Order: sequence, then structure tokens, then C-alpha cells
Amino acid sequence: MVRYKGKGVYGAVAVGKVSVFRRRDVEVKRVRVEDTEPELARLEEAKEKAVAQLKQIYEKALKEVGEANARIFEIHMMMIEDDDYNEAITEMIRGQSVNAAYAVAVTADNFAEMFSSMDDSYMQARAADVRDISNRIIACMNGSENNRSVCDEKVIICADDLAPSETVSLDKDKVMAFVTAHGSSNSHTAILARNMNIPAIIGLGEEFLTQIRDGATAVADGFTGELILDPDEKILAEYRQKQKEESEKKALLHELKGKENVTVDGKRIGIFANIGSIDNIGAVLVNDAGGIGLFRSEFLYLEKSDYPTEEEQFKIYKRALESMAPKKVIIRTLDIGADKKADYFDLHKEENPALGLRAIRLCLSRPEIFKVQLRALYRASVYGRLGIMFPMITSVSEVEEIFALCAQVRKELDANNVEYSENIELGIMIETPAAALISDKLAPMVDFFSVGTNDLTQYTLACDRQNPDIDRFCDTHHEAILRLIEMSAKNAHANGAWIGICGELAADTSLTETFLRMGIDELSVSPAFVLKVRDAVRKTDLSK
Amino acid sequence: MITFDYTIRDELGIHARPAGMLAKIAKSFDSDITITKGEKTVGAAKLMALMGLGVKCGDTITVTVNGGNEDAAAEGIKSFLENNL
Repeated sequence: MVRYKGKGVYGAVAVGKVSVFRRRDVEVKRVRVEDTEPELARLEEAKEKAVAQLKQIYEKALKEVGEANARIFEIHMMMIEDDDYNEAITEMIRGQSVNAAYAVAVTADNFAEMFSSMDDSYMQARAADVRDISNRIIACMNGSENNRSVCDEKVIICADDLAPSETVSLDKDKVMAFVTAHGSSNSHTAILARNMNIPAIIGLGEEFLTQIRDGATAVADGFTGELILDPDEKILAEYRQKQKEESEKKALLHELKGKENVTVDGKRIGIFANIGSIDNIGAVLVNDAGGIGLFRSEFLYLEKSDYPTEEEQFKIYKRALESMAPKKVIIRTLDIGADKKADYFDLHKEENPALGLRAIRLCLSRPEIFKVQLRALYRASVYGRLGIMFPMITSVSEVEEIFALCAQVRKELDANNVEYSENIELGIMIETPAAALISDKLAPMVDFFSVGTNDLTQYTLACDRQNPDIDRFCDTHHEAILRLIEMSAKNAHANGAWIGICGELAADTSLTETFLRMGIDELSVSPAFVLKVRDAVRKTDLSK
Repeated sequence: MITFDYTIRDELGIHARPAGMLAKIAKSFDSDITITKGEKTVGAAKLMALMGLGVKCGDTITVTVNGGNEDAAAEGIKSFLENNL
């Protein structure tokens, strides 16, 4: 039994047989050729094949790890088409009368060298990208296809290092973990591993490479970064138990991932996720949510000691939209005040903060702050499918005031030739009894409603959410609340708007059938509850 | 010929993804577009050369647009830089 210590990049445990990942020998010999034309033709053909392969990898990555992470393969395709790279190769073939494979290999070395010698570590790491695409072109010339999955059982893949394209190309059903001797935790490969939910350990060192062999038994502990080669019975039993517990948890997830949110009798509903920070997007994708139904923008404000700038906000919104595209992202504008406060807002102390200057009231009282957020949102809108929703609405005039500010922002952007999407959906939250009661007036003004059940409960039942002594009076299933939601749903649909629920009640599966019968179009819940709600929807039969 | 300066605000500088996007946009115009940082000048449509410039946050680059519809190209590059870098 030998233990190797590396760095875990994805926390999970694997116990199984080792398969050593060996690249096809890309040993390239220099061959003098009389006629260079066939070599140039071979190069073109190989490049075409390589790009076609990368397109497939890109599509696979798009599904498995999201657009932002898949984009590296788009870059790889562009690198293959790069003028300088191609000129260097063709000039070498012509000028030195050599074979195409050799010209590609030497050019790869030259460009990799250029990146390696740059003084920032990010650019140094790009040398691996150049080598990766060049090896792919050479492999295409040699006619060797990319079929890596030669084993019938799941294995722990061991390698010196893995290129991003190699990581994505691995058949996920055959890989229980991957462990490498080299690599950095910021490499694209590590990022991809995290997004693919494969236990992974990097940086196990050279020594490990010399000892590892096909078919050996090993334990890969992605939590501790430890790889145990030839473990004894005791260790093996310990880890098998750990693994069993984990897999039971994941079983439900695997069973329901990729399945539709459809009832037994065929009614469909959207299940989206609520997030409070950009860091939760990984969890949204892992749990297979249909989009983001509530992106709380408060964290941008609460984590700071001063107002976040338009630029800071724009970057975060853009990242969220790009990571989720083409799925929808609904961002809720600043919902601060009451229990969520930031000192720099300099708010007066209030007797009844829940009934005070909060959310949209604060934004409409300080339009200069609100407009910064709106501008950032509009600018980001070109990077995906954006919805904006406004919290704590009680009247038609508030919505008119908001839309007037939106129009101002659009006009200012137009004047500066700044692009924004024409298809942003604008919606409001239904979280006051007032909004629900006049939902017939509000619905024609907006694209959608989103019911915030936490506040709707507090305001309808006159129950302070933060007071545990009144818990027994605070019945979240109270008929009054359900009637308000049903009323809002009817009025939304009568006016061509859709309606979602983004409060805690959305995840309450004892109400899933009720919501389906009301015709609710979307439920937005914490990422961890997406599949639980999907399970409930799929077991519901509305025809009974 | 149109020339303008731009100072990079993105923390990562012109890294792989924006370089790819910039090259793509530069290719879409019929003008000859170059990017200069310090002594080095490269074609904006050339991805690897662009990455090789090693432009970091705070660096000022000079964009030069020559021939074709210069106004449209300069405007396109400018708005890309402002929105992404």
C-alpha cells in the first residue's frame, strides 16, 4: 500500500481499477518530400477533420459544463485557423520541403515556446492549448481516431496531465475519477472536472507516474487529495462504505437529470433555481435547472463598503448570462432595507422596517442608485437571455415610474451607441396582498409575475417572519395566500403574462399539485431542490 | 486612417476568450486593423499574436484602422473593448 498526496479539485471518492491514459505516440519524423503539394493538401484535410472534432467536443462541453467553460474549444478552433500559425506551417513545408506533420510539430513548439516565455502564468498555461491543437492535427493526419474508451468497466484514469479536450472527450460513463501527476488547479481541465462532477486529483508528482500500472486497485479521495495505491482490506472497506453513502445520495440525481418536468398526464412546468451569488451557478447547472428564476442582486451591495459601480455589476451580470446561455436568467433588482442593510446606504432607523423604506421604495427614492443597476443590466442583456424583476410592488404608479426610468436608461444608452437586447422580459414580484388584489391591472403592463411567498405570507397573515413565538399562527398553507396566488395566476394568463413562484413555498412538494392545477408556469427553488420538485411533478396526475 | 487609445480595465487583460472574440470581430470588417502595445504591433484578426502581446489590466493599447469602412470598424472595435475589456 502506497499513499500519494496531491490536490483534490473535486470532492468525491472513487475506489476501483486504474487505467493509465497514454497518448498515441505522436512521435513525428522529419521526412524530406519532393512534391510539397500533397503535404499541403494533407494539412488542409487534417485541419478540417480537427475542426470537425472540436465542434463535437464543443457541443458535448456545452451540454455538460455550460457555455462559458465550453468556449475554450471555440478558441481552439480559431487557433487552428490562425493566420500566423498557418503561415508558419505552410512556409516550412514549402521552404524546407518537409512533411506536413513535422512542420506542425515544429510550429507547435515555437508557438508554445512563445507562450511559455511570457511573464504571466495564465499565458504560460496557453502553451498547452497550442500543443493540444497541434497534436490533434497530427493525429488526424495519421488517421488515428479518437477512441479512448477501451475499458468495459469504470476506471480511475491516471495521466501525466490532461488537456481540456481530452478531459471532455473521456466517456463519462467509464470514468470514476481522474488523477494526474501535473496540472494546476486553475487549469481549464480542473475547471472542467469540477463542472463534470468527476472526482479529480492533480499534482501527484513524477514518482506516482512510475509506480502506477493498468489494472491496479486504487482509492482516489478528492476531498483530501490523496491517492492510495494497492490499499489493504481495511482501507478498502472504509472507502467502499463512504462511497456507498455518496452514491445513494446521487442516485436520485442521476435518475432525474435530463428528464422533463412533466406530469403523468402530460402537463409541463418550468423548474428554475434561486441563487444569491455568482458562485452558485455551478450548482444550478449540476442540478439541471431550466434557468435562474431568482438572482438576488443584493450580495453585490451587501459585500461592499461602498456602492458597487456600473462596471462591477455589469461584469457579474454578464458572467451569469454567459454561463447560463441560452437559458433564462431573471435578475431581481436591489432588495435591501428591512433585515438586509449596508451601512453606506445611511438609512434611518425604522420602527417597522418590514413596512418601511425597502426594495423598490428605496430604489424609487434614490433613482441615481437604481439607474446604475439598470444600466449595468441593460448592457449585460446582449450576452444571454435576461429577465429583470422588481420587488415589493404595491401599485400601478410604481410600475409606471420604474418603466419611465428604464426608458431613460435606454435613451442614454442609445445616445452613447451602447448595445442592449430588445427582448428583455420585465416582470414584477407579487409579494404584497395589494399587488395580488390588483393583479388584473398590473398584468397587462408586464411580461411576467413572480410570487415571493415569504413576504406574501408575512404581509397577508400579519406575521413577523423573524419572530419564532408566532410560528403557530403563521400557516404558510393558509387559504388566503393560496387564493391570492390563484387570483394572480388567472389575471396573468388572461393578459398574456406568465407566472412563477420563487419563494420557499415553491419547493414545498405537498403543494406542487395545487400549483400545477392553478396553472403556475414556473417554480424557482434552491438548486438542491430542483430534482426533488421534478420528482414530485413527474408523480403528479392531474387527470385524477 | 483612424487611431485611438484604449486602457484595459479587465483584471485578466486580453486573455484567451476576449482575444478570440476580438479577432472574430476584427475579421468581420474589411479594414486592416492593428493593435499596438509598446513597440509591438500585431494584426487584430490574429488570435495567437494578439495573445502573444500579453496585454494586462492597466496597459494602454493603440488601435489603428486602415482602409475599408474605417468609421464602422473603429466604432465596432471601440464598443467591443468598452464592453469586454
